[in-house]
Amino acid sequence: MSKEPAAPPFTPPDAPPALELRGIDKRFGLVHANRAITFSVAAGSIHGLIGENGAGKSTLMNIVYGFHRADAGEIRVHGRTVEIGSPQEAIATGIGMVHQHFMLVENFTVLENVVLGVEGGAFLLGGLTAARAELGRLARNYGLEVPLDTVVSELSVGLQQRVEILKALYRGAEVLILDEPTAVLTPHEADQLFTMLRRLRAQGKAVILVTHKLREIMAVTDRVTVMKQGAVVAEVATCETTPRRLAEHMVGRAVLLHIEKRPAQLGASLLTVKKLEVRDRLGVVRLKNVSFNLRAGEIVGIAGVAGNGQSELLEVLAGTRAPSHGEISFGGCDLVREQLDPRARRALGLAHVPEDRLRMGVVVEFSAADNAMLGYHDAARFNRGGLRDEAAIRAACAEKMTEYDVRPCQPELRLAAFSGGNQQKLVLAREIDADPKVLLIGQPTRGVDIGAIEFIHKQLIALRDAGKALLLVSVELDEILALADRILVMNAGEIIGELARADATEEKIGLMMAGVRAEASS
Amino acid sequence: MSAPAKLPRWAELGVLPLINLGVALVLAGVIIKTLGESPFAAFKLMATGALGTQEGIGYTLYYATNFIFTGLAVAVAYHAGLFNIGAEGQAYIGGLGTGLVCLYLGMWPFWVILPLAILAGAISGAAWAFIPAWLQARRGSHIVITTIMFNFIAAALMTYLLVNVLIKPGQQSPETREFSANAVMPAAHELFAKIGVTIVATPLNLTFGLSLMAAAGVWIFIWRTRWGFALRVAGANSTAAVYAGISPPRVIVGAMLISGALAGGLGLNELMGSQHRIMMDFPSGAGFVGIAVALMGRNHPVGIVVAAVLFGALYQGGSQLSFDMPKINRDMVVVIQGLVILLCGAMENVFRAPLTLLFARLHGGKDTE
Repeated sequence: MSKEPAAPPFTPPDAPPALELRGIDKRFGLVHANRAITFSVAAGSIHGLIGENGAGKSTLMNIVYGFHRADAGEIRVHGRTVEIGSPQEAIATGIGMVHQHFMLVENFTVLENVVLGVEGGAFLLGGLTAARAELGRLARNYGLEVPLDTVVSELSVGLQQRVEILKALYRGAEVLILDEPTAVLTPHEADQLFTMLRRLRAQGKAVILVTHKLREIMAVTDRVTVMKQGAVVAEVATCETTPRRLAEHMVGRAVLLHIEKRPAQLGASLLTVKKLEVRDRLGVVRLKNVSFNLRAGEIVGIAGVAGNGQSELLEVLAGTRAPSHGEISFGGCDLVREQLDPRARRALGLAHVPEDRLRMGVVVEFSAADNAMLGYHDAARFNRGGLRDEAAIRAACAEKMTEYDVRPCQPELRLAAFSGGNQQKLVLAREIDADPKVLLIGQPTRGVDIGAIEFIHKQLIALRDAGKALLLVSVELDEILALADRILVMNAGEIIGELARADATEEKIGLMMAGVRAEASS
Repeated sequence: MSAPAKLPRWAELGVLPLINLGVALVLAGVIIKTLGESPFAAFKLMATGALGTQEGIGYTLYYATNFIFTGLAVAVAYHAGLFNIGAEGQAYIGGLGTGLVCLYLGMWPFWVILPLAILAGAISGAAWAFIPAWLQARRGSHIVITTIMFNFIAAALMTYLLVNVLIKPGQQSPETREFSANAVMPAAHELFAKIGVTIVATPLNLTFGLSLMAAAGVWIFIWRTRWGFALRVAGANSTAAVYAGISPPRVIVGAMLISGALAGGLGLNELMGSQHRIMMDFPSGAGFVGIAVALMGRNHPVGIVVAAVLFGALYQGGSQLSFDMPKINRDMVVVIQGLVILLCGAMENVFRAPLTLLFARLHGGKDTE
């Protein structure tokens, strides 16, 4: 990651902070989401806010942005106490927010999106002309060039994010909050974003970066605040800390950030994919000419920016989506030609931990016990005499919960009451316990906190060492690098290159993710 | 952040419906007051009319029988994520099946006719639900629209059959001849007489017992079988269903067949139990009341039986009311029933948030102190 010299402080050191929170307290029913939080960000600085899921980061930022009202506490902007009851009021006080999920009208142009809500009169033309001039100035000052007359849906995700930042700046934001901004970016795009943020800092803006990626905190922030269970547990200057110490603050104990693993012991070929092609309902090719082969005892990582065909690949292999062309050989038959449904594939030993757990992998309204047997509900061990064997279902779930340290260990509890990490551990337990030959696994640690990530990674490596084959799809490059023995990079529905783990570097993969073919790829 | 605190189960199932019912009664009371009658006298009249006498109870449970069947029909579809508005039409056509068995096999003994009549009612009701189900599963035609249209088609078809085909020759009113005595459902007072207990004669009949058995069967099916599990998964999250190897189109068709079959049970009560002939419009809105019953009973068989009895009582008490208080006519009774449906069904969540907050306060206070 490129390093720029630290910007000199733009504001005099005795100026009040751009944003100061004093004793912010918030409860949701029985949940104490924020406990007497005191937090301040100086103008001309980038401040990181990290914490596990459910630590209260989002609640805190939503209070600052006016989505929630604090039960107690005070918000000051440039030393002045303010009341923020709505996002409109937050914007009026100079606070801007870029959400993880963009709030753009896809079929409007960039310019129209920027002026949306601040058109400045009944007729558009005047406002648009003024906005064009102002955006030109912002682009020059901050290096935020965006084609103003292009329809948003035609822009890359990185550029869409830039539009979101422009929207905030156009509305006069002095404090800019970014919620997990790099989740959807390539490493290169992320670097560009950081360059942009540094420019904003140099111009005296205060930037709050909410993230769970320690690497980014270390790369770009000046100070960092760590939250745990609704409270601030540490606030330090970034240059005085290390990723390891930050992780310990977040989890409350020592965490292994890198897991030692043995070299892969390759076995027989288990799954072979030939010339797979997928078209969506509109006939657009989502996956083209994908061929690879998966051997026992290895983890093959699929790297790529989200939306480049990885999801389609997993779905086609798991049987929830039909390919338009191609072969999948597994367990002695062609899964495509025989049109086996996901249940039949499971029976053959092909298990699947889906990318989007909440949408596909679980039914959150149901109990943990019901979820721990989803997809295996026809199995003899869960049925007796035509009826469900409730005792066996509960017992199997309790067993998985103990083995995988799912908390709380209550099979009867609705799944929605569990944290993301515990839900994921249960899904993983369900698929691993079925003793598959091949495990397809998408985003194994999405929405999962650091402590659970360590556990999940260990499980996956143990599975590999037990001679299973794993296909790992992840948008977290760190995760691919930590787990995979071989890396396939996808771009625009194609496998654009393959790297052995030993040859793989972040730069090489990043280039391929952006669509640059490796010269040496055969 | 995590979901807001939840209501305890007893409050969810007990307190909330009572508040809703209470508010409905207060509103109804205001209307009765405006009409110049005493709300208290009116409610007392309704209560005694529905539950104060053996006759009242008999009628209440007789109406409730219809509502149990249609409520269960709506609930099974609901668990599969389908809103079946067509229980009315399915009950109508289901009753046709039951009625034809009774008309044409009437010479056989009752214990032979009964299973055939049940089967014919279930199959006919299911058949009527099948077409909308198939259209939804394979063509994506919205089941709410198609089931509503099938209610009208059922009504038109039955009118045609009763006017032109099934009508008893030589009479003006469009109804069939009376069923033979073998094809009549034993009434409650006859059954009680057999064990030496004398009760007042009402239309309440053996079908009430069958409806309770259906409720138990639905409970077992939905919560204790793997097919019920698959149905609930498909209803709650169809993507997860596909992932789990459950075919949503098959669940849609299966759930609607069961739903239609349950609605078809209404004919046993109405035709075999009470009218003893096929006549025009015998479901008389029970299919729609079934939606309110299922909503109020939270799509759980126990809740549905309770809600069905409440609605039965409203029907019976309401007719008593319009009989004894001339200022309150039949339509006003429908208004009162409508208020109950509105508050307990459509607006059941209005008081949930304040009540949840109240409980959180009570508990939260304990936590911090």
